[in-house]
Amino acid sequence: MSEPVLTLRAATLAFGKRQLWHNLNLAVQPGEFLAVLGPNGSGKTSLLKTILGQQRLSSGSVELLGSPIRQGSREIGYIPQQKLMEDGTPLRARDLIALGVDGQRWGLPFHSRAVRRRVDDVLEAVGASDYGNVSVSKLSGGEQQRVRVGQSIASHPKLLLCDEPLISLDLHHQRTVSELIDAQRRALNTAVVFVTHDINPILPFVDRVLYLAGGRFSVGTPDDVLRSEVLSSMYNTPVEVIKSRGRIAVLGAPEGYGVHDHLEHHVESAASAVASASIAASGSVTGTEN
Amino acid sequence: MDDLWSQIFNFANYGELLALVKNSILAGALLGVLGGLIGPFVMSRDLAFAVHGVSELSFAGASAALLFGVNVVAGSLAGSLIAAVLIGVLGVRARERNSIIAVLMPFGLGLGILFLALYQGRSANKFGLLIGQIVSVDNPQLLSLVIVSVVVIASLLLIWRPLTFASVDEDVALARGVPVVALSLGFMILLGLAVAVSIQIVGALLVLALLVTPAAAAMRVTASPLLTPLLSVAFALVAMVGGILLAIGGGLPISPYVTTISFLIYLVCRVVGSRRANSDDGAPSHRYLKARRLS
Repeated sequence: MSEPVLTLRAATLAFGKRQLWHNLNLAVQPGEFLAVLGPNGSGKTSLLKTILGQQRLSSGSVELLGSPIRQGSREIGYIPQQKLMEDGTPLRARDLIALGVDGQRWGLPFHSRAVRRRVDDVLEAVGASDYGNVSVSKLSGGEQQRVRVGQSIASHPKLLLCDEPLISLDLHHQRTVSELIDAQRRALNTAVVFVTHDINPILPFVDRVLYLAGGRFSVGTPDDVLRSEVLSSMYNTPVEVIKSRGRIAVLGAPEGYGVHDHLEHHVESAASAVASASIAASGSVTGTEN
Repeated sequence: MDDLWSQIFNFANYGELLALVKNSILAGALLGVLGGLIGPFVMSRDLAFAVHGVSELSFAGASAALLFGVNVVAGSLAGSLIAAVLIGVLGVRARERNSIIAVLMPFGLGLGILFLALYQGRSANKFGLLIGQIVSVDNPQLLSLVIVSVVVIASLLLIWRPLTFASVDEDVALARGVPVVALSLGFMILLGLAVAVSIQIVGALLVLALLVTPAAAAMRVTASPLLTPLLSVAFALVAMVGGILLAIGGGLPISPYVTTISFLIYLVCRVVGSRRANSDDGAPSHRYLKARRLS
């Protein structure tokens, strides 16, 4: 087995009395796709911040490629939540990708031929060549996230951190962006840590799941973790996990832990909310899909 | 009416006047370059209001210097830097920043008015700080303006790329190890210096016309990160030098000329920008946008 990209040892994070996770041990291997799931407030984002050196652990350690983490790293590619760029931002799609190649370097933004070629290759790889010269603020949400994927892998990072990158995308774009991320990690053997509240769009690609809830965690393959018994014990209340036609729905998770408490309009969570309301009557989960 | 007109535009003895203000024109040109370069960052970091706030404290510093008979540029720099650092440290998030600026600004202006009211000297000096008066800038002062401007321009060029990253894409820049916090504070200091020197020429009330309007105009017509500062510099240069050239004939301050040219450029860019967005003029990006709108 090769050296892990990311190692957490006995990692604990608590804010005052509230413990987000306790004694978390985790090693993410090169090329591994890890999905981090859990309700809001369970510490998914805090985990990303810990890996980025923006959040200190209460105890335990976290290492990137065998050394203690620092404030950000060139070995990390990062895809943030989709956030529309303001109109008039002087930045085209290709410029955003170029920042992913050498944005940390001092001096003026003149690019060598090698960098320009790399940017072209990345645009091609994520299917964004058509709009390389279009202002980022004029791109649709799906197009922006495509370019984001390109930016995140432009410098061949060892670790890709994704913070809900599919939020506010429609189902079609959720699928294409997930596929892109998967294709890139296979091509570059990059480890992926993917924070999401909905596993369905990425289910075909996920190797392991880290589920955070109620101060507890559970790690394993999706089949191991996403089971009614496991989640019920984590939430400390009966929770039902339903699998149907390759999709997974978690029903009955307590309010406030919510799987559907995002403010953003989100097709998937709206659908599962309807599903949980109507499940007793119709017995169908997939009926409200699309 | 003719009288009024000749007061605004008067080109009698123009050649002699030109020779007298040659240095001022050069200083104006340098400030144009400075304003044009820093402007796109002011826009993308959403600091237009901060520029105004810093300029009021800079005005307070300058009028204090006038009252106590010390170097006006030094006073203006001190006021600027205090304001810039306060805003940079206390106002990390946009909302906090705006309230801090709104609190600082009237305080600075009030202090400035107090110092000017106490000042017994030439009244032209008083107004110069608020509305600008390049011709009165003497040579030692001019030298300090040039030095500060050159330092700011050189620093900007040095941190250009990571500053761009931190300005337009902060979260990712942070994740990639760009020193976002240090850059932010460093930029506020550069902005403070830029405001302090601009005030000497265009005055505290009109600094925005030099530090914001040219960049805002450039951003209407291009999204290229190279073309934006180049156009912005060109616009700022035209406004500054053009304004000085038009102003020296009459006895009026230069700021109305500078701000009017600056504003007209902005209007033209807005029209050009919206025309381009609406017409299929053959640029691939617009064809693409059009195609998408139809699909």
